[in-house]
Order: sequence, then structure tokens, then C-alpha cells
Amino acid sequence: MLDILGAALIGLGTVFFVAGTVGLLRFPDIFCRLHALTKADGLGLALIALGVALMADGAGDVVRITLIWFFVAVAGATCGHLIARYARRAMPEGRHD
Amino acid sequence: MMFGTMPQLTPDLIYGVAGIAVFAIGLVGALCTQDRLRRVLALKLCSVGAGFLLVVAAWRGPPAAPDPVPHALVITGIVVMVSATAVALALIRRLQTLETEDDT
Amino acid sequence: MTDPVIIFDLLLAAAVVALAVASLSVRDLFVAIVLFITFGLLSALSWVRLAAPDVALAEAAIGTGVTGALLLKTLRHLRYVSGTLDRAEALSVTPAAPVPAPVIWANAAFCGLVTLGLAVAFLGAPRSGPGFDALVAEAMPASGVDHPVTAVLLNFRAYDTLMEVVVLLAAVIAVWQIERGLSDAPAPVLGAVWEGFARLTLPAIVVVGTYLLWKGAEAPGGAFQGGAVLAAVGLLLLLSRLYVPQPSHRGVARWAFVLGTGAFAGVALLVAGGGRVAFEYPPEHAKTLILLIEGLVTISIAVTLAALFHGREPVALRSDRGRA
Repeated sequence: MLDILGAALIGLGTVFFVAGTVGLLRFPDIFCRLHALTKADGLGLALIALGVALMADGAGDVVRITLIWFFVAVAGATCGHLIARYARRAMPEGRHD
Repeated sequence: MMFGTMPQLTPDLIYGVAGIAVFAIGLVGALCTQDRLRRVLALKLCSVGAGFLLVVAAWRGPPAAPDPVPHALVITGIVVMVSATAVALALIRRLQTLETEDDT
Repeated sequence: MTDPVIIFDLLLAAAVVALAVASLSVRDLFVAIVLFITFGLLSALSWVRLAAPDVALAEAAIGTGVTGALLLKTLRHLRYVSGTLDRAEALSVTPAAPVPAPVIWANAAFCGLVTLGLAVAFLGAPRSGPGFDALVAEAMPASGVDHPVTAVLLNFRAYDTLMEVVVLLAAVIAVWQIERGLSDAPAPVLGAVWEGFARLTLPAIVVVGTYLLWKGAEAPGGAFQGGAVLAAVGLLLLLSRLYVPQPSHRGVARWAFVLGTGAFAGVALLVAGGGRVAFEYPPEHAKTLILLIEGLVTISIAVTLAALFHGREPVALRSDRGRA
């Protein structure tokens, strides 16, 4: 039962990743792309981590998966911020705010 | 069943062919690109291709454990490659600085 | 019956090859490096599929992480020196001369021949042929550790690993000599969010690196993977300006560089002095000696990799573990 639930969550998470990738490929400018990518991937990652945690063998594995999820999410958010910040600086004059 | 016509399509064959392809791409890049940074990248691709072949050679069918000796060799290779890359990049930085100083 | 995971293998292998082509053919050098980093991570993933988690960890941490940081730093330096930092695209600044057609053809023929030979040798080689599996399995009980790759690296083929540490040492000496007196690009300002990230992750990286080192005795991991992860501490400290190398730190850095090589060679000589061959550890002390070497080598690797990232010698570098 837990396995089926876990597989369903992983599948759902994959859908979010695909949505994020489609956004990355289809959206016009870098901020829209970042928006699609970070939002969708953050949710997709959380769902996949949850699914894998349900399938894990013991408490130790669950703790490790939670830590991995936390740090990947934090790193992803920071990267998104850095890219957006760089892109905003690199934009031509007059478009700041 | 999808690949029934091709006998024994196993991971080692797939990744072995990929490794040869990566090595070939790296070789072409190392010999044919003029940009220095890209040449270093190409050499690094060569080393990854060689790593692929060694890891493939160490692979045994799923129940059996892989051969640890090639794995140790590849780890050694990765560390040696990062040292070589660092020296190459330092040389590139130096060369670039010297060239710009000559121009001005 | 074909395993359904084979489809995943095919897609992954195709992605690896496509990324290799893309990283060499794309115009923008920054894009090329980012594609190369992706390529390295996917190759690490394929090595996991080939039951080589140790190699995958080393490739992800050293071959991709540290190498990627080195490449990006060099690209920034090149753009700074050539005055193109403000351009959107990072194009090549190497002066390009036209190549005569015969040279191109000779190169192409040579590459084709080498690849052909490699392919013939690979496809003609006996699959899953006898390797060193049996020898290693037989000698494992005497090695002092439970993980075959660690046993090979630090016991059976310890000479190789000693030389590997020496190569790292030689690299850092060479970089310090080459970069002597070179002007450095000003470090980028990364902002408050990034600094918060660095502060949050620093302790975690120290824990992960130490865990990888400790775990290496019985599971995938070990000195090189742990050292590379700890080198990330140095990179974060350097990038966030929490640690600025001072000339007075050079002495400590030099000691840290030779620590691993010294300990490794010292143990070998000590063992040899006891009437044995070098690296023929007495079985009852094997685990202690291996852990001692691994611990010290890890410190050396971490400091050396961080120093290679920093580059310039006059203000030397110490990956300040005490503060992290």
C-alpha cells in the first residue's frame, strides 16, 4: 500500500518536473523561465522526496532523504535568486524596476 | 522485448559505446578547436570517456559485485585530471594576462 | 527479456553524448561550461547504473564540482583581463588563426582511426572477463577495511594513491609558481541571500565530508570524495569573503599541502622499517593505519583543492576548518 502511494507521489512529482521543463523551453524571458522552473521543480522535488521516503526501509533513510530534500531545495532557491539577480544587473539601463 | 532483434542489450554495451563516443568527441575537440578553455574541456571529456570504458570493464551482471580495481583506477584518474586541469587553467590565465599586457 | 530500465540507460547514454557534443559546439563559453557540468553529473549518474557509486561520487564532487568551479573562475578571469566582463556573451578571446585544410583532414583521419580502433577493441573484448575480483575478494580479510574500493586504494595499490597525492601536491606548487604576481579579477559580490546560504550549508558540508570519509571503510565514500566535499567549504568561505587568505597563512597552507603525502610516505617507511614491504600493514593495525592515512590525506586534499581554486600564491590559502 505504502509502495503504491509512494510510486503515485513520485509519478506526480515527475509531472511537475516535466511542466517546469516545458516552461523553461517555452517561456519568453529569463524571469518567466526561472519562475516556471523553480516553482515546479520545488514542488516536484518535494513530492518525489515524500514518495521515496514512504518507500524507504528505516527511520535513518527517511532522515537522510529529508536532509537531501532540504538542502537541494535551499540550493535551488539560492541558485534561482542568483541567476535572477545577475540577469537584472546585466539588463540594459533604464529597465531597473 | 522492445529490442528483441538486438541480442544482449546490456548496460555495459550501452555505456561502453557512449564512452567511446564521448572519448571521440573529446579527441576531435582537443585537436580541432582553437580556443584554449574549450581545449581543456575537450581533454576532460576524453578522460571521462576513458573512465566510462574502465567502469564498463569492471561491471559484472547485477548479482555479482563489480571489480574494484578499475574503480580505484578511475578515482585516481579523476584526481590526477583535476590537478592537470588546474595547472592548464593557471597557464591559460597567465598566457592571457601576458598577451593583453603586450597589446597595451 | 529486456529489462525496462534499459530504456532509461539508452536515454541517459544519449543525453551524455549529446551534452558532450553541445558543450564543445556551443558558441558562448559560459554556456559550454554549464553544459559540461551537466554532462559530468549525468556521467556520474550512469556510473551509478554501472554499480560504481565510489567513482560516481568522485566524479560528481571532483570531476564536476571542483573542475566546474575552476573553469568558471578561469572564464571570469579571462573576461576580466580582456575587458569583456560587461558583455552578455562570453566568447572566445584566444586569437584564432585559420587552419590549413590538410591539417584538418589529418586530424579527422587520426581521430577516426583512434575511435575505430577503440570500438573494435571494445566490441571484440571478452565481456565480463576475469579481472581482479577473485584476488581482491581473497585478500579482503587482511586489508583492514570492509569496502573493496577503499582496500584497493589504500592497501593493495597504495603506491598509486601515494603518487596521486604527490600529483596534487605538484599541481598546487605549479599553480603557485605560474600565477606568481598575476593580477586577480575582483571577486563577484554575491549578495545577502547567498551569504545566508553559505552560513547555513557550511556546517552541513563539514558533516557530510566527514561522514563520507568515515563511511569509506565499509561503504562507498572515502578520502577523495570526503576531501572534495570539504574543499567546498574552502570554496564557500573564499567566495563569501568569510575567509580572506593572508600572506602570513602561507606557512600553514604549505604544511597542510604536504601533510597527506608526508603521512602516507611516513606510514610506508614505518611499516618497511618493521621488516615488511612498504604498505604491507600488520593486519592488527591495518584499520588504524588506513584511517590515519585517510584522515590526513583528506585534510590535504581539501586544502589543496581549495588552494587550486584560489590560484594565486602571494596571499596563500588555508581552508579554515576550525571556524566552519
